[in-house]
Amino acid sequence: MARMTMIEAVRDAMDIKMAQDKRVVVFGEDVGFFGGVFRATQGLQAKHGKTRCFDTPIAEGGIVGVAVGMATYGMRPCVEIQFADYVFPAYDQITQEAARIRYRSNEDFTCPLVIRMPTGGGIYGGQTHSQSPEACFTHSTGLKVVVPSNPYDAKGLLIAAIEDDDPVIFLEPKRLYNGPFDGHHDQKVVPWSAHDLGEVPEGHYTVPLGKAVIRRPGEAVTVLAYGTMVHVALAAAAESGIDAEVIDLRTLVPIDYATIEASVAKTGRCVIVHEATQTSGFGAELSAIVQEACFYHLEAPIIRVAGYDTPYPYAQEWLYFPGPDRVAQALREAMEG
Amino acid sequence: MQDQPSKIRLHVPEPPARPGEAPNFDYLTFAAAGETRLPPLDSSADAMRDMPWGLVRVLDDAGRAVGPWADYLGTVDSEVLRKGLRDMMVTRSVDKRMQMAQRQGKTTNHAQSTGEEAIACAFHTMLRDGDMNFPTYRQQGLLFASGFPITSYMNQLFGNSGDPLEGRQLAVMQSARDHGFFTISGNLATQFVQAVGWAMGSAISEDDKIAAAWIGDGAAAEGDFHWAMLFAGVYKPPVVLNLVNNQWAISTFAGLTGGATQPFASRGIGYGLPAIRVDGNDFLAVMAATKWATDRAREGHGPTFIEWLTYRVASHTTSDDAGVYRAKEEAAHWPLGDPIDRLKTHLIARGEWSDERHVQALAEVDEMVKAEQKKSEALGTMLDGGTARAGAMFEAVYKEMPENLRRQRQKAGI
Repeated sequence: MARMTMIEAVRDAMDIKMAQDKRVVVFGEDVGFFGGVFRATQGLQAKHGKTRCFDTPIAEGGIVGVAVGMATYGMRPCVEIQFADYVFPAYDQITQEAARIRYRSNEDFTCPLVIRMPTGGGIYGGQTHSQSPEACFTHSTGLKVVVPSNPYDAKGLLIAAIEDDDPVIFLEPKRLYNGPFDGHHDQKVVPWSAHDLGEVPEGHYTVPLGKAVIRRPGEAVTVLAYGTMVHVALAAAAESGIDAEVIDLRTLVPIDYATIEASVAKTGRCVIVHEATQTSGFGAELSAIVQEACFYHLEAPIIRVAGYDTPYPYAQEWLYFPGPDRVAQALREAMEG
Repeated sequence: MQDQPSKIRLHVPEPPARPGEAPNFDYLTFAAAGETRLPPLDSSADAMRDMPWGLVRVLDDAGRAVGPWADYLGTVDSEVLRKGLRDMMVTRSVDKRMQMAQRQGKTTNHAQSTGEEAIACAFHTMLRDGDMNFPTYRQQGLLFASGFPITSYMNQLFGNSGDPLEGRQLAVMQSARDHGFFTISGNLATQFVQAVGWAMGSAISEDDKIAAAWIGDGAAAEGDFHWAMLFAGVYKPPVVLNLVNNQWAISTFAGLTGGATQPFASRGIGYGLPAIRVDGNDFLAVMAATKWATDRAREGHGPTFIEWLTYRVASHTTSDDAGVYRAKEEAAHWPLGDPIDRLKTHLIARGEWSDERHVQALAEVDEMVKAEQKKSEALGTMLDGGTARAGAMFEAVYKEMPENLRRQRQKAGI
């Protein structure tokens, strides 16, 4: 076992796969010599050579476009989009191409490809470095969508994503790179080195895609969360004294129906938390899933806590961010409902 | 308020001729056969700056093969040329029949390649097993030249039980990996950059396979075109970047994509790509230019950008009526003639073909295509609502069917 930050865990996953499998290549803006603006690819070029880890022009559509072609050739590209906010020039290549090549060709061609991108706010990134665009991808069938919340999962999920035979969108909550940020922006973040989930096994292991995990068992209310919001929800449960069952979804597509449905059937209450804007956010889908499967178990309306439907503001970051107080308030409302 | 009237005006380009006006191709320049030089195989982009304004041509008006590109190609076996002629006839015949089939409701869509058959059919002669085309919906000649079954092609259009794609993909958007034919996308231009990525995969793997990217003049306006040119120029993978300039993209004339003032081929210069402009209706010129570009790629000299000059004789697809927006007689006035007629003239000049054999071959091809269509229609057409297996709809979205799809399929009772 080793202590790792989430960045180190992500890097370790790529390093292991590159060493194991010649088909795995890593590229993106600044990822080669420099090692990426968040350092996720540091040392990979020096170790694996510059035809397997290299810098690209600043062209997200080009990065993903060539990655799609490379995947259909038989490679396993794992590309980086510098910020999730920058992914949109590549949206056509992701949602209309990568996502559908298997289907439209009746498996004549497949597109095993991972697109990593830092997501979410909490770093004063304003509108263009803070967004959480997961719903833009969960709405496009053919893609898998993963959001890890800690180093252990990040490494295991990324290895599983690289080994997966379908395209995977891998959203890394950038505020979690260095520690389990719980929304208390005025307090010092516990480093991953002091957290259980910063314990990362050496070598190869996987965390299967499509499996959620219960981070905090509880009886009173189910909280569905992913990424940074897992830690916010845990803080809210602790601070409100409400015995919440906090589920870390880890993978949004495919979704783990069984874990969600069993929990809400047990608690009869459900709070859904995400950082992305509320309207048509992934929480709407989660709410529908819960309502369809657990309607007769529900004792209160399902509550969503999400980013407001505004662009991500700069100076008002902490008014915007759905922090532990807002989640705790939702837990109380769910208990009263 | 302005004191003086503004001198600033928005320029909205217009094609030289609209319906009722005389066809006019003065915006294009056409070098004579044999006139445009042959650069060395390892030529840099810089050393070929003149080439986009030239026109690689091999066949002269008498059907003789002349000039440096003819010499580079060498004497092509007559059997190869007769096969090429037949491939073009097959392509044209299938196109005609599928146009008719759409009118009869047997398919909902078809895109004819009439007048441009030489580009795909001659290009194919220089490919090897394992090479990969990333085509548009107007390179069906690649399939027929590679021996792709005509029935399979039609089955896809008819959405029937013999469709290799099991009804999932829009008519015409074929996929045939074993024939070096990438799954066609209806979202224009996306394949152009994918081909570059495929070739980068080959280069990273130190493989000997090459890719061919295809795009039209209209789609060259898309970002994917720029990304493909950029990445090809930067990483120099083994790819031939083909731009088929057939003058029209539905009703968008090439000038609206900037192709009337500067040849599309000249765009290669800015990306550091060796670029040539070629007579796309000259079967031998297509062979020679393709040989040059594929030889370059295989020898490790990297990508080549080729503008193929041709004319879209038919409407865009079965849903289009070109008579509404362009001069009716344009096709007849196209200065580069018809590719089938030109190859026929060459073969006759070589003493390897005759008018009688040509008429016979056309009849034989039409009969054969008709018979294949009959076989295909026996499996159903869209008139029957498409006979592709219903359950296929839910399959192959992912390698393994996820729970949401399992639940939806169950509810649908399929």
